[in-house]
Amino acid sequence: MDSDSAKPEVPTESINSSEQTPSPLVAAFQREHPDWVVEVVAALGETTIVVPREQIAAACGFLKTWSETRFDFLSDICGVDRGAEEEPRFEVNYHLFSTTKHHRWRLKVLLNEDNVHVDSVTSVWRTANWHERETYDLFGVIFDGHPDLRRILLPEDWQGHALRKDFPLRGYEPYSLK
Amino acid sequence: MSAQNIPAQFEIVDRPLDTQMTISMGPQHPSTHGVLRLELVLDGEMVVKATPDIGYLHTGMEKLFEYKKYQQGIVITDRMDYLNPLGNNLAYVMAAEKLLQLEIPERAQTIRVLMCELQRIGSHLVWLGTHALDIGAMTVFFYCFREREKILNLIEAASGGRMTPSYFRIGGLMMDLPAGFEHRCKQFLDDFPKAVDEFHTLLTGNKIFQKRTQGVGYISAEDAIDWGLAGPCLRGSGVSLDIRRANPYCGYENYDFEVPTEPDCDVWARYLVRMRELNESHKICVQALSRLKPGSIKADAPKVVLPDRQAMKTHMDALIHHFLIVAEGFDVPAGEVYFPIEASKGELGVYMKSNGGPKPHRVHFRGPSFVNLSALPDMAKGEMVADIVAIIGSLDVVLGEIDR
Repeated sequence: MDSDSAKPEVPTESINSSEQTPSPLVAAFQREHPDWVVEVVAALGETTIVVPREQIAAACGFLKTWSETRFDFLSDICGVDRGAEEEPRFEVNYHLFSTTKHHRWRLKVLLNEDNVHVDSVTSVWRTANWHERETYDLFGVIFDGHPDLRRILLPEDWQGHALRKDFPLRGYEPYSLK
Repeated sequence: MSAQNIPAQFEIVDRPLDTQMTISMGPQHPSTHGVLRLELVLDGEMVVKATPDIGYLHTGMEKLFEYKKYQQGIVITDRMDYLNPLGNNLAYVMAAEKLLQLEIPERAQTIRVLMCELQRIGSHLVWLGTHALDIGAMTVFFYCFREREKILNLIEAASGGRMTPSYFRIGGLMMDLPAGFEHRCKQFLDDFPKAVDEFHTLLTGNKIFQKRTQGVGYISAEDAIDWGLAGPCLRGSGVSLDIRRANPYCGYENYDFEVPTEPDCDVWARYLVRMRELNESHKICVQALSRLKPGSIKADAPKVVLPDRQAMKTHMDALIHHFLIVAEGFDVPAGEVYFPIEASKGELGVYMKSNGGPKPHRVHFRGPSFVNLSALPDMAKGEMVADIVAIIGSLDVVLGEIDR
């Protein structure tokens, strides 16, 4: 770990080893809100913070305005299905970027299969709207508080969620509008 | 709705229509650049609400990645943003290379920069031609496609494919540049500034074009960031952000180029930004071409990168590696990465998660067109129907990438 003289700005990214110590900025965030951080993973020059399901909207709102991070730009939200036998089964990854500080974090929420609800972050960044619709469409993750949670890529009456691991790659029945 | 039912504050007095009309624009409308459908709520000719309806081109590419080996996935990326396939290749292979922690030789990096910037020019030329065509200026289209043809010929010479090059491989390139490529490329680059001047002559001073674009499709810098706009659309709102500068990759930090921005936040500003980017990309191409030095084009990783053809025929271990890579693929260490690049339309990010083994557990593309289009309702509100066409053109969307 660096001493206190480490700058709170962009951590210089080096990809020498796959496991690294988290940057001082992450430690500062952890001190600020210890109950928002379940786990910190620093690997391959990227920072991943696992956030409890209930706190994600609050954590995003805080990180957007906190003077140390200023994550004003939401790059991406994407879901991951770890597999039907895994528990927790689903991940939702939030890729945050700062247009002024040019650093990136990944926030991660883990969801059990029997409770796929997570709070929407559309009130923090409006761009989350379509990303959340896509994640809902393809994984069935439900974003509470989303203004318009409809399917986006697949037809409205599609059965199932296509990117789940137990959804078959090939079907045998042609799709027809009901 | 009859006129009596309208609440007093919404009463429309001096407009010819006292009702709103919902019409469907697309999915076969020529100016929606593919199969995009817009549901427009109109008050006379003014747009009250525009709702994009996408998914007509959805082919489940992200699902397909999970069933293909890493090297087979490169071919799928060509089909996403089909105007910028080399950019898609680059984002995908660099995400995999980050997981594998490969060092890419300098010559391969330089060729990647050169090809990507040529492709960016090609992509911007299609945008310029079709954008002008949508607004009513037909001539520009032919000038743009004449220049783009030369770029496609160069890409074809290097990779064998015009629209689907799949030129970048995990660990390097498919093959080195062919003999005479540098000369042909130099010829193209020598002539290109004259072509840009022609485009300016055709459009920039044109009063009709200015009237159609200035003040149309306004989006402020704060809104643009909030909506996640990236690339030329964001820079057209005065935000100087370019991933090539913010998070450099491929050695872009060593190239001298500007990040053009325009403060006007409208279709006109986005037009000017892209026009200036043509010159900047040209500048980078010239620098990359002058830096080409002989050297290896593949990383030193025999278990990942296919061996040279000659080595494969004479060395047994090279033959074994070749066989194993083709038949079984290569194992990628477990981990997850998000790799963003500056594609011609904005931030193209690839999220790749590996659980080990020869196939990715999950690949997700953050397509810039997808995000840029989601801001359309905000820009379209209060505009005329005819201006919707100009706004879509200025966003430069490619539906192949949106629907994936």
